[in-house]
Amino acid sequence: MTELKYMADLDYSVVQQCMHCGMCLPSCPTYLETKQERNSPRGRIALMRAIADGELEVTKEFGEEMYYCLGCLACTTACPAGVDYPKLFEHARAEVEYHGVLFSPERRFWRWLTLRQLFAKPWMLRAVGRMLWLYQASGVSGLVRKSGLLRILPKNLRELEPTTPVVKRHFSDDLIESTETPREKRYRVGMLTGCVQDLVFSDVNRDTVDVLLANGCEVVTPRSQGCCGSLYAHNGDLDQAAEQARAAIDSFDLESIDSIITNAAGCGSHLKHYTHLLRDDPDYAEKARLWDSKARDISEWLVEIGFRVPEPNAEKEVRTTYHEACHLCHGQNISAQPREILNAIPGLNMVELKDATNCCGSAGVYNITQPEQAAKLQKEKAACIAETGADVVVTANPGCHLQIQNGVGPDVRVEHPISLLARAYRSETKQ
Amino acid sequence: MRIRKKASSIRPLRFGAIAGYFVALHMTNHGKFSPGSPLGALFIDAVGEGNLLTEAEDLIPYGFDGTAALKNRAVCVVLPRSTEAVGEVMKLAAAEGIPVVTRGSGTGLSGGSVPVDGGIVLCLVHLDTILEVDPANLTILCESGVITKAVDDAANPHGLFYPPDPGSMKISTIGGNVANNSGGLRGLKYGVTRDYVMGMEVVLPSGETAWLGSKCVKDVAGYSMKDLFIGSEGTLGIITKVLLKLVPRPKARRTLLASFDSMEAAARTVSEIIAQQIIPCTLEFLDRKTCGCVEDYAKVGLPTEAAAVVLMETDGAESVVDEESEAMASIAKENGAISVEKARDDAHAARLATARRSAFSALARIRPTTILEDVTVPRSRLVEIVSFVEETAQRHQLDIATFGHFGDGNVHPTILTDETDHEEMERVEHALSDIFDKTIELGGTITGEHGVGLAKKPFLPRQFDDASYGLLKQVKSAIDPHCLLNPGKIFDSESAES
Repeated sequence: MTELKYMADLDYSVVQQCMHCGMCLPSCPTYLETKQERNSPRGRIALMRAIADGELEVTKEFGEEMYYCLGCLACTTACPAGVDYPKLFEHARAEVEYHGVLFSPERRFWRWLTLRQLFAKPWMLRAVGRMLWLYQASGVSGLVRKSGLLRILPKNLRELEPTTPVVKRHFSDDLIESTETPREKRYRVGMLTGCVQDLVFSDVNRDTVDVLLANGCEVVTPRSQGCCGSLYAHNGDLDQAAEQARAAIDSFDLESIDSIITNAAGCGSHLKHYTHLLRDDPDYAEKARLWDSKARDISEWLVEIGFRVPEPNAEKEVRTTYHEACHLCHGQNISAQPREILNAIPGLNMVELKDATNCCGSAGVYNITQPEQAAKLQKEKAACIAETGADVVVTANPGCHLQIQNGVGPDVRVEHPISLLARAYRSETKQ
Repeated sequence: MRIRKKASSIRPLRFGAIAGYFVALHMTNHGKFSPGSPLGALFIDAVGEGNLLTEAEDLIPYGFDGTAALKNRAVCVVLPRSTEAVGEVMKLAAAEGIPVVTRGSGTGLSGGSVPVDGGIVLCLVHLDTILEVDPANLTILCESGVITKAVDDAANPHGLFYPPDPGSMKISTIGGNVANNSGGLRGLKYGVTRDYVMGMEVVLPSGETAWLGSKCVKDVAGYSMKDLFIGSEGTLGIITKVLLKLVPRPKARRTLLASFDSMEAAARTVSEIIAQQIIPCTLEFLDRKTCGCVEDYAKVGLPTEAAAVVLMETDGAESVVDEESEAMASIAKENGAISVEKARDDAHAARLATARRSAFSALARIRPTTILEDVTVPRSRLVEIVSFVEETAQRHQLDIATFGHFGDGNVHPTILTDETDHEEMERVEHALSDIFDKTIELGGTITGEHGVGLAKKPFLPRQFDDASYGLLKQVKSAIDPHCLLNPGKIFDSESAES
């Protein structure tokens, strides 16, 4: 029987919690695609249990299965038995990496480059971001595309090139002061600028700070922040995830702030669970508990403190729909709050999106690792959006934002709910 | 995962008399079916490339259904895409003498679709086409892998209704419902699956295909063969198509939630409602423990302090449902209800019903293993069995929650336990035995809607007299003489030849 490292950290009762009733099946995008049990949540849990029971080794097939799972956590919402699937999923992926069953030189290189270099070193990520901006803004990207130079890239990268997000000229540190104080201060909050969010949606970060200020929150934003660890935990690197968590905790004076704010669903659903990640670290276990108790998604925080409803304005009504990011609705059980905010914004004609809580296929890096399945989900999502006739789709996660924008094309605008709220506040002052 | 129990080797999940069955990994036919083998190639010919699964990673997830602590590994899983393919598979299996276990979504609660030693699993989820909705004859014809809820969804646009609604209706297949004669929340007024089956296509153990029944409301040509296959748990034939009766969709429904400080008060209310000749479509009860778990999951505002909560629903014409719901509310109050709450709107009513459907799974929150029973007694004896369950829990020092269908006497005592605690599991076995005996004493049945499968097999002889038990086996050997279909389920069976 194989020695287990990461799965051995979990109590057996976590797998036992699954009583294989099958209620998760209709919620699982991969099961609905193949109708094969191993592609379902309870099937994957059965495999994990078989490994724990010594009936199955950590095999390549198991590894592939764990990476076929989107990690969308729709099963978590569907599960009446309260199975902690996120934990099972993260530990199983870590086990897969530990055993190296998916090894290939190419895969190892990309994992090293992205996980161990780029996202582990904030300065490097931003340096690459700058280069990317230069490449895109200077028009070189267009020339390269025309020249056919891209043909030297491997096929999957070549296909991804046109979907590369457009990097912003100014990152969050250029747009946000390290401390910004409102006229009437009610709270003091810490702001997480994220990694992708920082490079591609630094404007959403600015909007978030504006909205917080408008609601009496003093905002503390540490400089040059790193990844919160979500990327690592979701991709089988729990050790580095713990490292990132420690760095995130150290960047704040936790006692002095009322909450830690994120506006990215994928980050939020991870960074509320530092307690589990750092449970065996005597120096950080207590701090992690404090951190978890203060971590909030922006919409959650705004509703909690009773955000100010913006004044009505004269702007034309825009048909708008809301896509629920998986890691917001399933990962954090936050569904009502963003809607409450959207319903309070003047000028939005909100229409319901069919299957709003279904995954759009972004799922972290899934659209890179499993492009086919991701594309199917993207297409389904785009079709549902087209049905609503909406001009604006609102979603609160950078991955979904990019995936949906690529899916719906330029005629439909994708927005973060907080950007809409920030704009509504701004148009008040104009009047 | 850390096997917290002593570090020694893994102890099998002994389930003794409850399951009457435990199997480790049986490999008898293994290898025989690998895609490269001659037999494997024949199966691939029958079902098509990609529809034969033989790897451990593929088979393990087909090793169980929704029943606790029962598992086994099939030698292969086949996923046919047509009735013809099912027939081909059956012919091959018959020629080779390989047992076949038919399965839909694997949500059964008696171990009926758990693989048997050396057997294949025939999974019908790809036979998922609704073939015809016939509003003139009020019928729907669909393949057996169609999801139960999809049947009703297809009827809806025609103003029609398919009432049976088992707890797993969002994923259970209609074929599985027919094979187990599934019940649901609406049994009192609308009956069970059997009451809707007009006909079916069945692949017989020989591989031949038979059509049983017709669209005719009156049909007495020969034995009612379809009725034999309803509830046969895959032991007689493989149901590939079903023809179902539909009824006019009720125009309106009203949902009430009443809470009581004793189960007796709740029962009095229910008896009085029925005595006043009101037949609601739903009369469901949940005890305090169940309410707590369901509320924890569904957050629909169930009262978690009451000793019993009754969910009542009446459907029909607008004026009638208003009148009936008013009457039910006052009956509840007269019989000592602490509170009676009306569902705010359809969405709220639907959420309440969904919450009730999740009761079994939600109870899994308390302990690692959840053993669900479905004993059923004549309606008038319901309070007796519920209080007996409470006493039994105390006597054996067990955690038992109870919920169920007040209207039709079907009770779900749910034992919350841990299959790895062998001392406790012994007490569980005793408790179950006591509950079954009491049920039979009260003129009830050991299973109202889940079927016998493996889980209740050891107790079936207690309920049947010798002649009727023997009849079961005679029917089996007449239709499946070589004992190829789901052998060892319902009762121990041997091939007629051996």
